[in-house]
Order: sequence, then C-alpha cells, then structure tokens
Amino acid sequence: MSQPHRRAVLNLYKTLLYLGRDWPQGYDLFRKRLHKVFTKNSGEQNPEKVQIMVKHGEFVVKEIEALYKLKKYRAMKKRYYDEN
Amino acid sequence: MSRVLVGVKRVIDYAVKIRVKPDKTGVVTDGVKHSMNPFDEIAVEEAVRMKEKKIASEVIAVSCGPAQAQETLRTALAMGADRAIHVEVAGAEYETLQPLHVAKILAKLSKDEKADIVIVGKQAIDDDSNQTAQMTAALLDWPQATFASKVEKSGDGLTVTREIDGGLEVIKTKLPAVVSADLRLNEPRYATLPNIMKAKKKPLKKMTAKDLGVDIAPRIKVISVEDPPVRQAGSIIPDVDTLVAKLKEGGHV
Repeated sequence: MSQPHRRAVLNLYKTLLYLGRDWPQGYDLFRKRLHKVFTKNSGEQNPEKVQIMVKHGEFVVKEIEALYKLKKYRAMKKRYYDEN
Repeated sequence: MSRVLVGVKRVIDYAVKIRVKPDKTGVVTDGVKHSMNPFDEIAVEEAVRMKEKKIASEVIAVSCGPAQAQETLRTALAMGADRAIHVEVAGAEYETLQPLHVAKILAKLSKDEKADIVIVGKQAIDDDSNQTAQMTAALLDWPQATFASKVEKSGDGLTVTREIDGGLEVIKTKLPAVVSADLRLNEPRYATLPNIMKAKKKPLKKMTAKDLGVDIAPRIKVISVEDPPVRQAGSIIPDVDTLVAKLKEGGHV
C-alpha cells in the first residue's frame, strides 16, 4: 500500500467493518469477504489506482447505507401498513 | 427558537426473529441484538432537521431503560442530538414499565428542561402500544399532533400533516406541543462511525425515576405472552376438477 493513501484506506476499512455489523447474512461473512478484497488489492502501488479504489469503496459505503435504510423502511411498511 | 425533547426506546432489532420464553412470561431478550426503535429514529431525524433549519435551538434525547439504553442514546447523539438524559430503570422494574410511566417521565422532563416540542415515535416495534405521545400530551395539557407525516413551522406554532385512515389531515397547533412520528415523516440518516465516536464526547446525564418523583409501580400485569398461530400447511391438488370441488367445499365459489 502506498503511504499517502494509508489513512484513507484504513478509514474505509474501519467504516466498512462497522457497517458489516448489520449485514443480513451476518458479520462473519461480511468481514471475511471484506478482508479478501482488501488483501487482493493490497499490493497496489500506483497512487492513482489506489485513489480510484478508495472512491469505489466510498461508493460502496453509500450503497450499503441506502440498502439498510430501504430494508428497514420496507420491513416497517410491510408490518404496519400493508393490510391487504 | 424552541427546545426539542425526543424520546427514544431501545428495542429488539427489527430484523431479529422474536422467540417467546417457554414460561410465557415474555420474549427472549438475552444475547439478542437490540437497536433504536425505527419510529424513534424518525423522531430524532425530525428534531435534528428542525435544528438544521434553525427552528430548534437544542435537541435533547431521552431514554428510559437499563444501562444498555445508553447505546441507543449514543446513536441519537450521533444522529445529531445535542445532549442525552438516561432515566435508568433496570431489571424487574423495566419489565413492568408501561407507557404511562414513560409519559410521566417525559412530561416531568419536558417541564424541567423547558422543552417546547416533544417528539416521539408513534409506537415501539416491541409492545406496539402507541400511547406515549398521547398520554404525555394529556399529562402536560399540551396539544398533540400524532402520526405526523409532515411538520412545518407556521407563525408561532406548527402545521402538521397527519396520517389518518384513508387520507391525510392537516392541523395547526400552538407551541408547546407533542408530536408523534409516522413512517413517512422523513428518511432517518445513518449514524456513521465517526459520528458515533464524536457522540461519546457529548453530555449524557443519568437519572432515576425517583429523582423525577415518578412512581413506576405497575398498573397492569402481563398474564401470558404467546406465539401467533402458525399458518397451516397447504396441499398440492392434482387437477382443476379437484380444485373446483375443494373451493366449493370451502365455500369460496
């Protein structure tokens, strides 16, 4: 990992781990997959490529947040508002 | 500028499959994931948005419950509440704590903290009581705007759109008032990790019901808690004639 992006990458990893605690199929599965992806790309030296990856990671964070919100909203709607 | 008091409850997470205790005294809570009641998240979000729109000057989150209720309060603080009050009710007392007691606590705190608006979720997803907002308003003798799906500041009061059977109702209230949040009021923000960390520095006051002079002796007794009836298994029918015959038998055609 190139040093200038070290902080950004670590932050991304921590944020994703935190989000993984609510993962529907369980935290363990999420953590393993997440670790695999980060390990796979850990040899990347090109700072530009690392930045693109971090950007993608931040996009994934937003997607997961949106997924959780929608999942909860739908569960509530189904439970309390869909009578027929 | 008004001060907003938000009530939050720690409940079993919405995604958890609820199991009834074998002795039918309640549901299994040990080792089960808990989180903030989804309707209370909507209430917190609305209060924080009021603050962002400069309608509110301060947002105070309140929770009644065991020590773990503080985690729920942290979530509220991470979402943007300024400070939190934890009214500790633990063990057997918490098991028999009812909406009336919570309403009395909220009413007392609203007076002590000089709140102008009280916002709570319309109901909690564990007991589905849907009573706290109404009783708090009654105890304070304040107007109530329940099942809010839109809240706007108008003049020196609020214009609230309420979800009612088969439509919407728009009402105006003066302040102070009690509002209860319905599902479509807003889309609550996610409490991010950095905000959870920052929330640890925000003030959290611990109190007991006794400090507030509220009697939390139970008024009702839970006799038994049971699983809903299990859906009966279906069967596969070989042809259309049998289906028609079965439907006639069941009185559907």
